[in-house]
Amino acid sequence: MLYRGREGMWSWIFHRLTGVGILLFLALHILDTMLVMWGPETYNHIVNIYKLPWFRPLEVGLFAAVLYHALNGIRITIIDFWDDGATYQRHLFYGVMILFTLLFLPGAYFMLRSLFR
Amino acid sequence: MSRRKKKRASVHERPQGGLELWWWLFMRLSGLALLALALGHLAIMHMVHSVEEVSYEFVAQRYSTTFNFWRWYDWALLTLALLHGVNGLRTIIDDYVDHDVVRLMLLMALFVGGTFLWGIGSIVVLAFTPVGA
Repeated sequence: MLYRGREGMWSWIFHRLTGVGILLFLALHILDTMLVMWGPETYNHIVNIYKLPWFRPLEVGLFAAVLYHALNGIRITIIDFWDDGATYQRHLFYGVMILFTLLFLPGAYFMLRSLFR
Repeated sequence: MSRRKKKRASVHERPQGGLELWWWLFMRLSGLALLALALGHLAIMHMVHSVEEVSYEFVAQRYSTTFNFWRWYDWALLTLALLHGVNGLRTIIDDYVDHDVVRLMLLMALFVGGTFLWGIGSIVVLAFTPVGA
């Protein structure tokens, strides 16, 4: 019932999309880190791809996905364990959006600060 | 909602009991732990440090001693993130793939892939010895 339409549905769709995205990155990240076993040359060659300018927005995108998934995960847990949670799920979603904005902007700045210098 | 669908894993409702209830609880508890572990990892590696600093030498320094704090931190993050992610994808596959054979194959691939990633990840995080260290 909670997930039919409007804020509840969108929060749930984003939760699934960010979850799948993060899992795909996790798989990639395990494979790239595995390359340390092959020595400095191989590993450095591959991680240098992450430092290319066109890759940096994807780094910020990953942060956005993890942050949203974490905050909305708290929202889901509150709805599950608080008796009135379902009544206020929409308010909780706005809370998620506000917290997301407040944490995302400074976080993204710190990630990209070397590009601003 | 069909009877068959209702028997499958779902994040929409709290399962009545059994193994699915434990997975449901695990998603919430591991989620809380990952909140600290994953966001902590991002804050340390991407904000305190930067992706520009990451190199073989950086990893070698981080993993300079056997079984140090960061190895265990990374191993906890690896293990919980994979279990949380694989179980999450399992519920998605259960929800959207109606064809029994296709679903079973996807779930098996997910299980094998997840186990493989956890195995190689664990070896690297716990057993990697830097050259020249």
